[in-house]
Amino acid sequence: MRIEGKGLIARDHRVSFTFDGVRYSGFQGDTLASALLANGVRLVARSFKYHRPRGILTAGSEEPNALVTIGTGGRQDPNVRATVQELYDGLEARSQNRWPSLNHDLLSVNDLAAPFFGAGFYYKTFMWPRAFWEKLYEPMIRKAAGLGALSGEDNADRYERAFAFCDLLVIGAGPAGLMAALVAGRAGADVILADEDARIGGRLLAETYEIDGKPGHVWAEEVLAELRAMDNVRLMTRTTVAGAYDHGTFAALERVSHHRADRGAGAPLECFWRIVARRSVLAAGALERPVAFRDNDRPGIMTAGAVRAYLNRWGVAPGKAVTVFGNNDDAHRTARDLMAAGVHVAGLIDSRHDAPEVQGVHMIRGGQVCGSTGRRSLEAITVRRAGGEERIQTDCLAMSGGWNPSVHLTCHMNGRPAWRRDIASFVPVAGAIPGLRAAGACNGAFSTAGCLREGAAAAVEALEDLGLKASEPTLPAADDTPYALEPLWAVPGKGRAWLDFQNDVTVKDVKQAAVENFRSVEHMKRYTTQGMATDQGKNSNVAALAVLADATGRGIPETGTTTFRPPYSPIAIAALGAGAEGKGFQPQRFTTSHAATVARGAPLIEAGLWYRPSYFPKPGETDWRQSCDREVGYVRNAVGVADVSTLGKIDIQGADAAKLLDFVYTNMFSTLKVGRVRYGLMLREDGHVMDDGTTARLGEDHYVMTTTTAAAGEVMKHLEFATQGLHPEWDVSLCSVTEHWAQFAVAGPKAREVLNGLLDTPLDPQDWPFMSCGAVSVLGVAGRLFRISFSGEEGYEIAVPARYGASLFDILVKRAEGLGGGPYGMEALNVLRIEKGFITHSEIHGRTTAYDIGMGGMVSARKDCIGKTMSQRPGLEEPGRECLVGLKPVGPDGRLLAGAHLYRKEAEAKRTNDQGYVTSVCHSPTLGHMIGLAFLADGPERHGEIVKMVDGLRGVTTLCEVVNPVFFDADGGRMRG
Amino acid sequence: MRITCPHCGERDHREFYYKGHALALERPSPDAGEAAWDDYVHQRENPAGVTRDLWYHEGGCGAWVVVSRNTLTHEVLGTQAASEARA
Amino acid sequence: MRFSGLRVLKEGLTGNKGWQPHWRDPEPKPEYDIVIIGGGGHGLSTAYYLARDHGLKNIAVLERGYIGGGNIGRNTTIVRANYFLQGNSEFYSHSLKLWEGLEEDLNYNVMHSQRGIINLFHSDGQRDAAARRGNMMISQGDDAILLGREELRKMVPFLNFDDLRFPLYGGLYHPRGGTARHDAVAWGYARGADTRGVDLIQNCEVTGIDIENGQVRGVQTVRGPIRARKVAMVVAGRSSQVAAMAGMRLPIESHILQAFVTEGLKPVIDHVITFGMGHFYISQSDKGGLVFGGDLDFYASYAARGNLPTVEHVMEAGMALMPMIGKARVLRSWGGIMDMSPDGSPIIDRTHIDGLYVNCGWNYGGFKAVPGSGNVFAHLIATGNYHPAATRFRLDRFRTGRGIIDEEGKGSQHNLH
Repeated sequence: MRIEGKGLIARDHRVSFTFDGVRYSGFQGDTLASALLANGVRLVARSFKYHRPRGILTAGSEEPNALVTIGTGGRQDPNVRATVQELYDGLEARSQNRWPSLNHDLLSVNDLAAPFFGAGFYYKTFMWPRAFWEKLYEPMIRKAAGLGALSGEDNADRYERAFAFCDLLVIGAGPAGLMAALVAGRAGADVILADEDARIGGRLLAETYEIDGKPGHVWAEEVLAELRAMDNVRLMTRTTVAGAYDHGTFAALERVSHHRADRGAGAPLECFWRIVARRSVLAAGALERPVAFRDNDRPGIMTAGAVRAYLNRWGVAPGKAVTVFGNNDDAHRTARDLMAAGVHVAGLIDSRHDAPEVQGVHMIRGGQVCGSTGRRSLEAITVRRAGGEERIQTDCLAMSGGWNPSVHLTCHMNGRPAWRRDIASFVPVAGAIPGLRAAGACNGAFSTAGCLREGAAAAVEALEDLGLKASEPTLPAADDTPYALEPLWAVPGKGRAWLDFQNDVTVKDVKQAAVENFRSVEHMKRYTTQGMATDQGKNSNVAALAVLADATGRGIPETGTTTFRPPYSPIAIAALGAGAEGKGFQPQRFTTSHAATVARGAPLIEAGLWYRPSYFPKPGETDWRQSCDREVGYVRNAVGVADVSTLGKIDIQGADAAKLLDFVYTNMFSTLKVGRVRYGLMLREDGHVMDDGTTARLGEDHYVMTTTTAAAGEVMKHLEFATQGLHPEWDVSLCSVTEHWAQFAVAGPKAREVLNGLLDTPLDPQDWPFMSCGAVSVLGVAGRLFRISFSGEEGYEIAVPARYGASLFDILVKRAEGLGGGPYGMEALNVLRIEKGFITHSEIHGRTTAYDIGMGGMVSARKDCIGKTMSQRPGLEEPGRECLVGLKPVGPDGRLLAGAHLYRKEAEAKRTNDQGYVTSVCHSPTLGHMIGLAFLADGPERHGEIVKMVDGLRGVTTLCEVVNPVFFDADGGRMRG
Repeated sequence: MRITCPHCGERDHREFYYKGHALALERPSPDAGEAAWDDYVHQRENPAGVTRDLWYHEGGCGAWVVVSRNTLTHEVLGTQAASEARA
Repeated sequence: MRFSGLRVLKEGLTGNKGWQPHWRDPEPKPEYDIVIIGGGGHGLSTAYYLARDHGLKNIAVLERGYIGGGNIGRNTTIVRANYFLQGNSEFYSHSLKLWEGLEEDLNYNVMHSQRGIINLFHSDGQRDAAARRGNMMISQGDDAILLGREELRKMVPFLNFDDLRFPLYGGLYHPRGGTARHDAVAWGYARGADTRGVDLIQNCEVTGIDIENGQVRGVQTVRGPIRARKVAMVVAGRSSQVAAMAGMRLPIESHILQAFVTEGLKPVIDHVITFGMGHFYISQSDKGGLVFGGDLDFYASYAARGNLPTVEHVMEAGMALMPMIGKARVLRSWGGIMDMSPDGSPIIDRTHIDGLYVNCGWNYGGFKAVPGSGNVFAHLIATGNYHPAATRFRLDRFRTGRGIIDEEGKGSQHNLH
């Protein structure tokens, strides 16, 4: 029911919305919750376990009950707090966790069965018969559980992430936060003032406090105007600072467009901020706590502060005959504000016998509300008082058990708040978050003047830390009445009294947990699910702790403390991971031949972050094997061209470059002559193979190293570590030049012919023996040529600065095609290397040693190198290790599968008989059958033996002959030319 | 977390790669024996408190940095280029 | 007290007044046969199996805080036996079999849910690696199915099949994998051990280990000295500190692993799905929250909390793989302290001190190992011999190089496993 003349809503701007299909109207400035209350809608949700009817409890993001779903399909947003959702024209909200309807929810039968559904009941049953858990019980539980639903469709809204930096982050824009921002802003600090609300002011918007003789919200507007005028102050409304992390880093979520019918129209729906602040002030306020009494969860029962917020900010009377129940003076304001607005107050019940008298209302001192009645919303309460019980007709009860400072962020780095007996609350401990000061209500200062004072003081101290001079702030005049309360957590009596509303945890549950020896707070929480709901115990943890303390005969501080983990309020995965959908997850790296590759219709495969061609299909080819076999034929019989630019290239220069290479490779590079290339094997310090590649000596003090595509970054780090960390005295510099050079393999009997038309000086085989390198001029461009081979044919790699890559690729391919060859892709490259027994990371997968791959002899005895000592551990080079072999199926049609395991011919295929596994296989067009590389126990000694390859996954068993892994041209005559 | 690179200043820790304890800088000689090498490669004090560990400014200048840091609080007590820590 | 549906019914009808403590809170005795340091999942299951299988009763579990307060209470609850290296393969297989009878054995519903795990792969090379793994699982007697892309699509159509940065080639499906209710596992073992006479002593921090002439004699605690013939250290997350009390250094570095849970949602993900390219794994709890995690924070830490780069990376992976979870809101994040060993595999062994045993180095894999770890460790402590399913988790394997169990292929880098 709306009250004329009250509230900060735009009365001239009416908006229309629906809830569960029923059309209502509200005003701009309303939340969904205030508009529903204004329309007399009481029942808005069902609880999690018992499906109890629930109404709106609070007026903030801590709301445990009033969760709704907004939108459909890719925009369906479940579990939206009606208390936070701003109203816009056309808003459509739906209730959740009910079937078939909110009014008639079949699962509300759970409530009748509540005696059997007490704390932890599911740990004690559903065990028989065993097979029923997955088949019956669990599906049933899963279906009943959960709140809202995801649509199952991909998110269709836009989210963003951003960084921000400031001198001072002020969290919360109530009186304390505003004062802090004002003082810091005036002193010239870079300030960010963030508040989760759409409107600046905090509790000032919900109360009738005056500051400097003006209504609090008017004062807030004036401060806001001054802050807006400062270039050094950034105001972030609708922004929840949700997490405190190391070294002044904060997580914040800005709800950019949830209040707009167009959901942003180009602007994101939400933006996730990483804010780095040199200092921070926490001015997050406090949250009011309910009182536990029998059936305190009925729609119409709200926190007193929420009732005042609906009244004062939104001009809504949440009931026609309101009762107020509290244990503190603050609750009295509710009665006074309501009466001043002309709302009937049917009773003010204060549990304190010595509570101050409030005039003009039926006041019960020393009374306690001990029950409520009503079908789907509150109709009456029962009050226990001196001389008996009294029943009061009421459709709204405003309850207050006192206020809990919002200490949440101060717990995010393991800070434990301290108990303050005078306000019966936890308050932050100074230093819990380095650089952060708590001020105002979140620090236990509950008067307006106290908030202003602490806000200003926190800013002054922060400014001092920052080396800025603050002028002594003049504090505006405001109420400074101390906050008096007498703790009341749970009203004794029969029946169920709710603590955690959403999760349906009652006082009885906590007591039962204590009886069952779940006496530690953590045990109680986990056993009862207290505090695990979407509000994370904001409304209930302290009361539950008090009930537990009482049940276990301990004081509250001895029982434990309440703690919170990030985020303060939940954040959508889409916001935290914004930008990662589709190809946004990782960078895409393209070679200079990419466009030509795509134009030729080559399917692309990922190689690390790179894309490389799988094969280049020709018209008439129906599967990849045909293309692959053809491309292998190019290289074996004519010439093939492949882009190998993705391999890591590291330029190494300096007087001690050779020393570095000797140190990181197992074999010698200092002895390599200028103009020559050598294959090198690199170990990790633990003695296993890390990577391999070729390194060319371009000059006395100049080498260029190639790494595998996958290990380029790792090798770079490794070399930097070896130079900076282990041998800073060496004169050597490193630079990754992977992307500076486009490099192409030209391989095959006609490779030289392809190159000879391009190089300004034709290749003389005498000058260019196998494993030579040097500078060349490629059609006038300064390039490099390496005579190396990963195919076993006469091969060259020609490198030009990347900007010439695309055109060089086109020219090479055209020339190769003119000679009966053409481009080849990764499939053919793989076949060519397997035929030659060359290894890739399929073989050097991090668990193999030089010994295992048959390169034990490459570990030079003449020098130390990284990994050498540990590679000599007994277990790494003793008989029994699985070592590299070739495999050839016994029959010509025998099928090999990578990932299959090897057994002795006669052995059963079980783990204890395992002898090894297959790493790489292919059909060899050259040999006409499948071949494979494998690791086999003592493999090199078993050439000629028949072993059994078993692939249980794919149901394939093949007898194979163990052979030398070099299947083709074993003496290397072809590549040496 | 914020780490001060000796060359680039204070940077977000997402720019850094982490290697582990700074004892990796104290590589034993090849003939130091099995125990010394086992200690170097495997055994760790693993302190719950102040430690010195190695970070690589991979998304920046490429410096290896020794960071003195508290493993309980994540407080950074100081940073130094690995090349200088060795020297 | 035996738990059953009937019991719940009877108690419900009589006001739930008959429930009893799940375990006692005994005062520590001056002497035990065996003292187990650490009341986490592994310590509790060790105590349980010592009592159940080896007839030992005079056992104390000493816990610094409350039982089940370590990593067993802060993980992503995944249970699986899909390892591919000797050592791990037989051990996790053994552990999974224990899981499969755990409710009946403990008379406690730990909600072990064999909903199946799917490990995705994104290239031919990854398929080969998945096949190697699956074939090992089969040869060990466990279950594995290699799913092609279309079979995968039928099971989990909500994955991004259209434009994922690393396209989906298929998945390795492990039908017997699944999840369990983590706290219940700790409580079930605690109750089982307590019922069998084990003293569970909470708030009893061990401050020293007494050793005389190379033989363990007992421990010092904040509640006084306790003599013991055998002492077992089962304190993942604090292994290095406790071992230091015995003058030992361990091949362990402590790292933070974060995990996340969303608000409750109606059922939408029916399996456990792991996305190796994104270091991302997810399932949906019976309560409706999406439970998921990613990779380490990548710095040595005991803070039991992480930082934003990892948080965001995990969420990025989630959005990349299954953009339909975008609207789910992260409710809570937490961090556990992982014992990272040089090869990524655990250590269950004797020490050079007579009567002192160590169980540590669980990396990210501790939860699923709880039954197996306690079972084989109890065997070792009671009999002095390695259990056949755990002969390879040796403390000296790094020094000798024999039997290194490096599933990730990363070598001796504590933080890279």
